[in-house]
Amino acid sequence: MVDPNHDESSPVTITPYPDGPYLVRGDFVVRDQAGNELPTERRTIALCRCGKSRMRPFCDGTHKLVGFRAPSGREPWPGD
Amino acid sequence: MARRLIDLPSPRGCLSELLFAALEGPPDEGLEAPGAIDSGDPIADEDLQLALYVAYEIHYTGIRGVDEAWEWTPSLLAFRAELERPFEAAMAELVEPASEQELASVGAALQAITAEDAGPPLSRYLETQGTLEQMLEHVVHRSAYQLKEADPHSWVIPRLSPRPKAALLEVQTDEYGGGSAERMHSVLFAKTMEALGLDPAYGAYLERMPAVTLATVNLMTGLGLQRRRRGASVGHLAAFEMTSSIPNRRYGNALRRLGCDREATHFYDEHVEADAVHENIAAWDLAGGLAAEEPEVAADILFGARALLQIEARWATHLMDSWERGETSLREPAAVPA
Repeated sequence: MVDPNHDESSPVTITPYPDGPYLVRGDFVVRDQAGNELPTERRTIALCRCGKSRMRPFCDGTHKLVGFRAPSGREPWPGD
Repeated sequence: MARRLIDLPSPRGCLSELLFAALEGPPDEGLEAPGAIDSGDPIADEDLQLALYVAYEIHYTGIRGVDEAWEWTPSLLAFRAELERPFEAAMAELVEPASEQELASVGAALQAITAEDAGPPLSRYLETQGTLEQMLEHVVHRSAYQLKEADPHSWVIPRLSPRPKAALLEVQTDEYGGGSAERMHSVLFAKTMEALGLDPAYGAYLERMPAVTLATVNLMTGLGLQRRRRGASVGHLAAFEMTSSIPNRRYGNALRRLGCDREATHFYDEHVEADAVHENIAAWDLAGGLAAEEPEVAADILFGARALLQIEARWATHLMDSWERGETSLREPAAVPA
């Protein structure tokens, strides 16, 4: 049964994957700095985290060629 | 898009001859198990791989003139099991067992295994030097799977617990176009074939496909159909996705270099972006999630990944070697009987 008061939108989550991109899920919109929407066709997108993608801001798998390493969780402060 | 329906191909030896002759008759009559098959090299055995491909195809689609009731007919299943045995043994021989360390983190192990992929540089070759004819051959080979892209792994869905199941669905939903038939990857591949002047009908090039090409599909179908191989099927999908985005960019570049338009490259360009998403989900949420919930299948997950890399390398070697000799990598069209 459909609840008319139910909020259909789902919160956006951003997940850094180990040695890989940020996956973004939920009701997100990607805009450039000027406010123009960057069209995305899929429900889950991958944003470049290594900086070397050839279609930034989206991931194209290049992190595997450049040996990008990063944990999924927060990196510790130096000395922690 | 029209309904998938293939014709029975010409047999390539006594196994396929026996099988196809029986399939033209009523189910469960006239098909006797062949007994132990002695195949020197099951992966390159034309007769064995074609018979297996057709035996599996009955689960996917209709075959003109073949009664659909054959699908679960015991004599066909027994016949198929004899075909699977030598192929499974050959794959097991090619795949090294997983180490304890790999089993402790399946996601990281998949990253390491796929990064080491030592197959021949097929995509790099096509990107920089391949001819249009070679690129078209590549598309024809790939149509054996790509026109039913994602289907072999969909059989695993009901066999998973919620977390890995949700991950698999996240990938498969995208493969199937997110609710749009037009965006379905198998449909995009058919459009690429059309743009390149190839016949996009399902099964149109079956006669031209060599055993090693059929073996790449038979591997994933065989794993997908058996619940006990759910780990291997998941590992196969993960490795497939993890080795896809970069080669697909190269195939798109190859077509652009050869003067093809966006209609032709769209399938490949779409896969660069799609598989950059899928590979993370497949490695960590699907494969890692399955290993966490069912540690007993972790070794088989890594088997599936390594099996995919081994068979792809074998297939790519066949293409590169054929071209090196100045020959086609496809089977020559059958001679017209006099």
